[in-house]
Amino acid sequence: MNDDELPKVPTFRRGYRFQFEPAQGCHVLLYPEGMIKLNESAALILEQVDGQQSVGQLTDALAERFPEAPGLRQDVMEFLEVARGRHWIELR
Amino acid sequence: MDGTGSSFAKPGYEPGPPLWLLAELTYRCPLQCPYCSNPLDFAKHHDELSTAEWIEVFRQARALGAAQLGFSGGEPLVRQDLAELIGAARGLGYYTNLITSGIGLTEARIASFAEAGLDHIQISFQAADEEVNNLLAGSRKAFAQKLAMARAVKAQGYPMVLNFVTHRHNIDDIDRIIALCVELEADFVELATCQFYGWAELNRAGLLPTRAQLERAERITQQWRERLAARNHPCKLIFVTPDYYEERPKACMNGWGNLFLDITPDGTALPCHSARQLPVAFPNVREHSIEHIWRHSLGFNHFRGDDWMPEPCRSCDEKERDFGGCRCQAFMLTGDASNADPVCSKSAHHGVILAARQEAETAAQPLDQLQYRNERASRLIAKA
Ligand code: SF4
Ligand code: SF4
Repeated sequence: MNDDELPKVPTFRRGYRFQFEPAQGCHVLLYPEGMIKLNESAALILEQVDGQQSVGQLTDALAERFPEAPGLRQDVMEFLEVARGRHWIELR
Repeated sequence: MDGTGSSFAKPGYEPGPPLWLLAELTYRCPLQCPYCSNPLDFAKHHDELSTAEWIEVFRQARALGAAQLGFSGGEPLVRQDLAELIGAARGLGYYTNLITSGIGLTEARIASFAEAGLDHIQISFQAADEEVNNLLAGSRKAFAQKLAMARAVKAQGYPMVLNFVTHRHNIDDIDRIIALCVELEADFVELATCQFYGWAELNRAGLLPTRAQLERAERITQQWRERLAARNHPCKLIFVTPDYYEERPKACMNGWGNLFLDITPDGTALPCHSARQLPVAFPNVREHSIEHIWRHSLGFNHFRGDDWMPEPCRSCDEKERDFGGCRCQAFMLTGDASNADPVCSKSAHHGVILAARQEAETAAQPLDQLQYRNERASRLIAKA
């Protein structure tokens, strides 16, 4: 994902639902007949996907929250790229 | 223990949550697929849980961690309370899946389900060819109805899975099947080679494809995958091979009573949808809580862990990978549900699998000799 995409707004693909599952103690992504358990950093990023914030805004928000984390911007961009590649999210 | 009976929990064995809840709402169905996974004697079981009983099942299973809920059957659309059940399940936080033949669906119902919060619809087809489809389904109007409903499902914005059960009489058409699914904008396509339970087991000689048929179908599917990926097309093709052509069994249900919980129309709880045929007593939600059923019942603990395994599984270093395969298949093909699944080449009964493969080459049954799934046939079978 490159800087041209910073103004784009990520949304979940229709049919993909992100939620916390108390019994599993983690966030999951639910989709037709399937479920992916998310690790903490994936959950933190996907939590920001609200159909409002752009890639740039969401990255800024995370960078502000975790000022100590090195290479955070790049990690977020890479993760969003993977999520898009797997068709979990779409960029508008 | 929750006080509804004694505990058969295995010491040191802690089952995970029943992540997948399958609600088989009814055995009623207008179609007659000769590979239906419903029990052969389904006509004996007319009793169905009420709306309130189903909702209570959903609530209890959700509390134990169930996240995916499949509405299935039979044909779940024959339940007039389906929208209400969907609404209740969605309100509890489930991801709700409707698994239907499309018969009985209308645009108005699709819309009312969306309003209730339905997340996804899966429509099953019998074939890409209208005539073969209708012959297999036992209905002259089925194919046109399915096409119309698949289009309506997408028009209303749902994600859609199309499911084709493949077998020797339709698998050679795989290219057309996939093309049809892509044209209908399916998000996922399940190309599920018949698994031999229920009616499919009865009709095995008429359904099992040859190895050559299977390999060709896999090759064509792979070519389609590459073409779709090159176009960054989101449609995903899932190809399920029949284990009859494997040398090791499938890790059935990911382990007995491990993540799958099936509730049949009358409330009997099963660890998989064909387990009803096993000589094991299974609990009913009318008598026990889901918590008791999942953690403490004899039925759900019977094949947990590995202390029940005889040889060759007992001393096998692969037992944690496949759990000895499928209990139902072991029972159907060897008469003892504890045996190794005969798909395994280490099983003393592997010969029955080899014989079935041979039969597929030389003595297969034509389409018109299949035993179709219907009330009359089921009553005859139940009597015998
Ligand atoms: S497999 Fe066919 S006959 Fe069986 S429930 Fe499904 S649509 Fe009905
Ligand atoms: S012997 Fe049993 S455990 Fe070993 S591979 Fe075969 S089925 Fe699996």
